[in-house]
Amino acid sequence: MQHDEKRWQNLGFQLGAVVLALLLTSLVILAAGAPPLDAFKQLLKGAFGAKMNVADTIVAWVPLLLATSGLLVTFAAGLWNIGVEGQIILGSIFTTGVLRLLQDSNLPPAFIIVLAVLGGMLGGGLWAVLAGLLKTFGGVNEIFGGLGLNFIATSMTIWLIFGPWKRPGVGSMSGTEPFPESLWLPTLPGLRLSIWTVVLGIIALVVIYFLLQGTYFGLKLKAVGNNQRAAFLLGIPTWQYMLLAFFLCGLFAGLAGAMQVVAVYHRLIPSISSGYGYLGLMVAMLINYQAVWVAPIAFFFAALNIGSIQLPIALKLDSSLAGVIQGSLVLAVLMVEGIRHRLVRK
Amino acid sequence: MEVEFRNINKTFGTVRANIGIHFAIPSGAIQGILGENGAGKSTLMKILSGYILPDSGEIYLDGKLAKIENPADAIRYGIGMLHQDPLDFPPMKALDNFMIGKPGSLFPARREAERAFLELRDQFGFTVDPNSYVDSMTVGERQQLEILRLLWLGVRVFILDEPTTGISAQQKEKLFLTLRRLADNGNTVIFVSHKLEDVEALCDRVVVLRRGELAGQMVPPYDTERLIEMMFGKVIKLDERLPCSASDQVVLRLQNVAIDDYRLQIRNVNLEVRCGEVIGLAGMEGSGQELLLRACAGLVRTVGGKIIVNGKDLTGKDAHTFMRHGVTFMPAARLEEGLIPGLSINEHFILTGEQKGIFIKRDQAKSYSQNKISEYSIRGFPESRVEALSGGNQQRTLLALLKEELSLILLEHPTRGLDIESTIYIWSKLKERCAKGAAILFISPDLEEILQYSDRVIVFFSGKVSPPLDATMTNVDQLGQLIGGKGWEEIFEKERVGVSNAAR
Repeated sequence: MQHDEKRWQNLGFQLGAVVLALLLTSLVILAAGAPPLDAFKQLLKGAFGAKMNVADTIVAWVPLLLATSGLLVTFAAGLWNIGVEGQIILGSIFTTGVLRLLQDSNLPPAFIIVLAVLGGMLGGGLWAVLAGLLKTFGGVNEIFGGLGLNFIATSMTIWLIFGPWKRPGVGSMSGTEPFPESLWLPTLPGLRLSIWTVVLGIIALVVIYFLLQGTYFGLKLKAVGNNQRAAFLLGIPTWQYMLLAFFLCGLFAGLAGAMQVVAVYHRLIPSISSGYGYLGLMVAMLINYQAVWVAPIAFFFAALNIGSIQLPIALKLDSSLAGVIQGSLVLAVLMVEGIRHRLVRK
Repeated sequence: MEVEFRNINKTFGTVRANIGIHFAIPSGAIQGILGENGAGKSTLMKILSGYILPDSGEIYLDGKLAKIENPADAIRYGIGMLHQDPLDFPPMKALDNFMIGKPGSLFPARREAERAFLELRDQFGFTVDPNSYVDSMTVGERQQLEILRLLWLGVRVFILDEPTTGISAQQKEKLFLTLRRLADNGNTVIFVSHKLEDVEALCDRVVVLRRGELAGQMVPPYDTERLIEMMFGKVIKLDERLPCSASDQVVLRLQNVAIDDYRLQIRNVNLEVRCGEVIGLAGMEGSGQELLLRACAGLVRTVGGKIIVNGKDLTGKDAHTFMRHGVTFMPAARLEEGLIPGLSINEHFILTGEQKGIFIKRDQAKSYSQNKISEYSIRGFPESRVEALSGGNQQRTLLALLKEELSLILLEHPTRGLDIESTIYIWSKLKERCAKGAAILFISPDLEEILQYSDRVIVFFSGKVSPPLDATMTNVDQLGQLIGGKGWEEIFEKERVGVSNAAR
């Protein structure tokens, strides 16, 4: 009985957080001079109004799913992998690199795509290991290291697009020369959505779930994350596990970056990661690092992103409103959680 | 000030820490609170001093209901607590610590504070220098500083949590005099301890807690056996000395080991530890015994000499290599180095147990944990998180985590925070391991424990290391002298004679 009561209480607090976030957002919309209800309606319409909108939402869902899944590994090991954004970018760069290298060869296109995706994963993984090495051997906190590496990754895309990989003639912000359609992941007819990416995203989440819940590896990661010193004395090689966590997260982030190239943009563009790494960090915080909640919350965030594209057209609001909602939701949930802790403790 | 507890209840998760505690302490009394680990003493005191809130129940001060919701409230009511580990600010000067917590303006009046400090200090005959840094002070001096600080804040109820742990006999005597004096001036002193002799020597009255409940009260003359019965529910005796089960096989050999620390230099340690042997390391905290013990686990780098485990030279190898050769180390800091907060007891056993395949077999692990929990009588469940256990139960968990096949067990304070009953039990478990061929090196501040359970004793004094002394040939007095730095020439002389005799 008491258990049930607690569950209802928790649910109440969480609903309170959502209401609070909606109130905050409404205030922002009012300040921008638009009716809040209309704005929310347009958001919903933008995300789910037509078949194409739903497909686009799913397109945005996949990289978020991948990035968040990866982040659960680093969070389990007690690491704040801010560098996930750069790891997505490196995934895209490596994938583009492999595709450029092999697009004129005689290899079957499917094989080239597989190699490119694996290359992208490796790129993300190596970039993450770099952050890990900086931490374990350089004494650079992973937050600062990751931030620095993100800047380098962004600059690297710009350099590649305007330098070595520029389009014939002149480089442009629209990215590198698109790849031939044979090197695109097949999409559903008339839509931008490739079913392959969805399958990969779901597999990734399931793998992470079992890795963290059911394996010795996952438990050891948690041990390292909760008390590095004791974990070492209990016989766990701590820095090696931290590097592995970075590498795993990087693999997933790199996969997200690879998907952006082979399934969405078919070329390298300047903002190829689209902020999915940072968004993934927010999702992870919002769900309190519980793998079971990744799919629905990531979907919700993706819907907000896609839905907000409708806003400038319909209400002359900027589409960054999605970010306001996402941000205030995370803040409201964390705050309400903090308040709940205080109340429950007393 | 008269303090009255009325029907105090407090539950942590599934553990009922205080159950209907109801008693009163008259002003001017020294009230002892006895109880084994996890009996609920600390919880009750934390409730009185505002660190935690009770689920139900009230506290009355001088007959008036007191609403204590945080430590600052408690101080306003005149209640102050001396914690087991002093809650002071080591990198700061004594005077700065003294002034912290005193409400005042933005710019504190240092001169006035110093005058008050010196006045109070001289009144009690303390020796603390207001300008010395806290990290250079002994635990006893830090206690004195805390008492002065609380007095200056106007505290009239002094709570002391296990204050005689980690201080010298002299300092203890001084502390007791001080407490007596505080009580004579009309203050109320609450003395929390599990040491019978201290409580009997000092307290005007005693209450005993057992498993969260008030088990009984007593005023002098004290009936020790009756008190023990209240604490444990049955009468226990200290065991017979367990026989040494040492064989001839050498587990650990130290050859001219040298260790450097920023404070200490240890040189030329030579030692042979045989299978089944127990060696106690005695000394004031920080005399070098911690360093040597950690060096034997591969956790501290040696700067010279050799460490040989089971015939293998492991000098300079890392701790995990030592582990693979059957060495284990159990640290004193339970939640900092020993256990992993956030993980359950069960998960700890999974981590240290046998790991086959990739996936964890939870059911199997759970029944294993269940067995260990009852074997070591840990008050908790497989799902209990370790940080929710009481200190004593965390200690039992640490001991239960020791692997089965070990050749060298290194223990820092193996029975810290355990009551007599558990101590005896834990040592019987450890001796079982000796019978199976493991050797034990342990550090303890308790000389009785060292004499009781070791076969040989090594004494440390600021980096000096004594030759191993036969535990049956020495006594508390000799060890006490050596720990204090006296009588060293004599034992070295004896060893030289012994060696030259052996050579002849």
